[in-house]
Amino acid sequence: MTPSRTFGLEALRITKRFGDFVALDDVSLKVAPGTVHALLGENGAGKSTLVKCIMGYYRPDDGQLLVGSREATIAGPRDAHALGLGMVYQHFTLVPSMTVAENLVMARADVPRVVDWRTELKSLERFIGSMPFGVPLQARVHQLSAGERQKCELLKQLYLERHFLILDEPTSVLTPDEADEMLGLLRSMAQRGDLTVLLITHKFREVSRYADDVTVLRKGQLAGAGKVAKVSREDLAAMMVGSRTLPETAARVGTVGSEIVLSLRDLTADDARGGHGLAISDLLVRSHEIVGVAGIAGNGQRELVEVLAGQQARTGGTVLVEGEPYDGDRGTARRLGVRCLPEEPLRNASVRTMSVAENLAFRRFDRTPGDRPAFWLHRAEMARRAQTLIARYNIKTASKDAPLGTLSGGNVQRAVLARELSEDARLLVVANPCFGLDFQATAEIRSQIVEARNRGTAVLLISDDLDEILEIADRIVVISEGRIVHETPVEQADRQAIGAHMVGHH
Amino acid sequence: MSDALGLWGVPLAVASGAIRVGTPFLFVSIGECLTEKSGRINLGLEGTLVLGAATGYAVSLHSGSPWIGVLAAGLVGALFGALHGYLCKLPRVNDIALGIAMMLLGMGLAFFFGKPYIQPSAPMLPSISLGFWSESPQIRAALEVNALFFVGVACAAALWWAFASTRAGLVVRIVGDSADAARAMGYPVDLVRFLATAAGGFLAGLGGAYLSLYYPGSWNERISSGQGLMAVALVIFAHWSPPRCLVAALLFGGAGALGPALQAVGVSEGYYLFYAAPYVLTLLVMAVTVTPGRQLAGAPGELSVQK
Repeated sequence: MTPSRTFGLEALRITKRFGDFVALDDVSLKVAPGTVHALLGENGAGKSTLVKCIMGYYRPDDGQLLVGSREATIAGPRDAHALGLGMVYQHFTLVPSMTVAENLVMARADVPRVVDWRTELKSLERFIGSMPFGVPLQARVHQLSAGERQKCELLKQLYLERHFLILDEPTSVLTPDEADEMLGLLRSMAQRGDLTVLLITHKFREVSRYADDVTVLRKGQLAGAGKVAKVSREDLAAMMVGSRTLPETAARVGTVGSEIVLSLRDLTADDARGGHGLAISDLLVRSHEIVGVAGIAGNGQRELVEVLAGQQARTGGTVLVEGEPYDGDRGTARRLGVRCLPEEPLRNASVRTMSVAENLAFRRFDRTPGDRPAFWLHRAEMARRAQTLIARYNIKTASKDAPLGTLSGGNVQRAVLARELSEDARLLVVANPCFGLDFQATAEIRSQIVEARNRGTAVLLISDDLDEILEIADRIVVISEGRIVHETPVEQADRQAIGAHMVGHH
Repeated sequence: MSDALGLWGVPLAVASGAIRVGTPFLFVSIGECLTEKSGRINLGLEGTLVLGAATGYAVSLHSGSPWIGVLAAGLVGALFGALHGYLCKLPRVNDIALGIAMMLLGMGLAFFFGKPYIQPSAPMLPSISLGFWSESPQIRAALEVNALFFVGVACAAALWWAFASTRAGLVVRIVGDSADAARAMGYPVDLVRFLATAAGGFLAGLGGAYLSLYYPGSWNERISSGQGLMAVALVIFAHWSPPRCLVAALLFGGAGALGPALQAVGVSEGYYLFYAAPYVLTLLVMAVTVTPGRQLAGAPGELSVQK
């Protein structure tokens, strides 16, 4: 079987510096035609930089590119596209308010001055008919699920006749089933010789199930490469993090408590973006318990977190914390010990231009050390507490006075979690706490959450990452279209069943 | 005079007023609609309107042709829009704050250079008599419709078609909805916004010429009563759709004609309250359509106030 429409790619001894920082140091990569090649590495390992050099966003300082075994100079994304290279980004590049058809036509290089929609739609339907999967052409992109959008991105690349595709963490927004479908599809298209795929990922499971070859980067250097069939998971881990053991998350200790800390009954809230909103008839979280809320992003998780964090008003129902009504206002949250680590904490739970010490004091700055309402800020006390928390939670910052926005994602996460756990938290609401973090930071953050649970805190963990929920939750509930549609103790959890409930097969 | 029609004169006057008063709203709002579709807000259109009124009047006086005046007003408006578009591209320039500055600058320039033109009378724009079939002088007077109104309707229709079926229109929508996507597709975001703001300014300039060359039909410092600002509210009301801009402009125009119409049929008490009708309508529109925490359907995703 010879690949007909696609071609391979080789990057030879690529070096890229940003000032003094060497982002890529003499890295080579060889992708054979008609294969799925995984590019594995932690955040900051240089995967994106390498890909951006290939796509022409960056100019490598040294090294050369071979496309289809011919030397190629790629000065910009246009050159890359002309050679038939396409990229599917982690964030979507579709225009949300436009229809799928409008997006596809406008992505072409030769859009006619006046678009004749009748003939365009006909030829688009013919094109979609020749593909192994379809998307509704007249639907607006913001109405599509993440899985459909991802398919749409893929269709767009194929529509543009690009037969070498680079996919940047394509499954991070998909359910396990959607991810399997998507990767299976890519693999079969590669085997037919229609496509060559370079898959950027940090998930071992995807590498071992769907890739033919793998290249591993670590800290800007080539850590290893080879046939997937010949390297073990341990080898990959060793190449990726530089040690054979992955950092471990603390274990849950002790049984779930009997005391009900959070009780939601008939809770409803609107979705500001016109989606399903929230309609939870009954949800309890007990002390010494982590309840994981699994679901596809956009099914009411954001509303749930915003209602509990006080960012959005509920439209009906009751929220009780330790039997008392809770509205999300500051005074009640303090009294009842409700704490929250929302997603994107830099946007939702902190002020990036204020210092680390100030951000760490957000829960306390208006109280005196004797816990009375304060008028003046107690700067010395704030500094002392900041030093303690920075040391205890291992927050890497230039100083306690550095603006929070200068910290890396993992350290912002650590800082906000440190603040939220620094006082006795009865209820902790956490949303996607490890999104985009490396192994080390992920293990640390999860350990902090588990340890809080072991100390007696009730934890409501809302996560798009089912693996995360399976790893640390005591009980799993599935949310779909704003409702709780499935509930199971983690010991009896079944991936497939949960995935089916996520997409609405109840 | 209005006795012949009695109270029926009120709806007739409101209908004809809707067109007469609403035409400048129409031009400014479709201009603003185009600019906002590209992802920027130009609050300076009030200044562009007044500057267009002064330019149109002065050029009409000197050239003897009101249509040359209209064109000149449009070009000055485009120039003013281009200035806004260019300055917005610079780092850390906020389109709203700049718009307010441009509004005051436009009005200041118009008053300064327009001073000598307050007295003389320039040739006016012609109107088309659609009431030729009627015996009644009231109906005839009410159906005198200015040619520019039809130009405005044609512009709204053309814009609507362009947004749906032309490359240029679709590019404006992409840039206004997702600058990241536009850059990834290789479309020049700043250039598109610059052109959209300049074109929006051109349309607002035409609206200004209508004010000074047809209705009210003279140049003075009180020529505009905030139409340029209300047009921004109107675009929101119209959910960024050109045909709806036309409907909204007529609605606002009709509301503006209510006070004079009531006065004309002899309502002597409280009619001045109806002069405030357009402003009350603006407030109501804002209160009804802008529910807190909810994004408006059709709102371009890149607008600074949406983020």
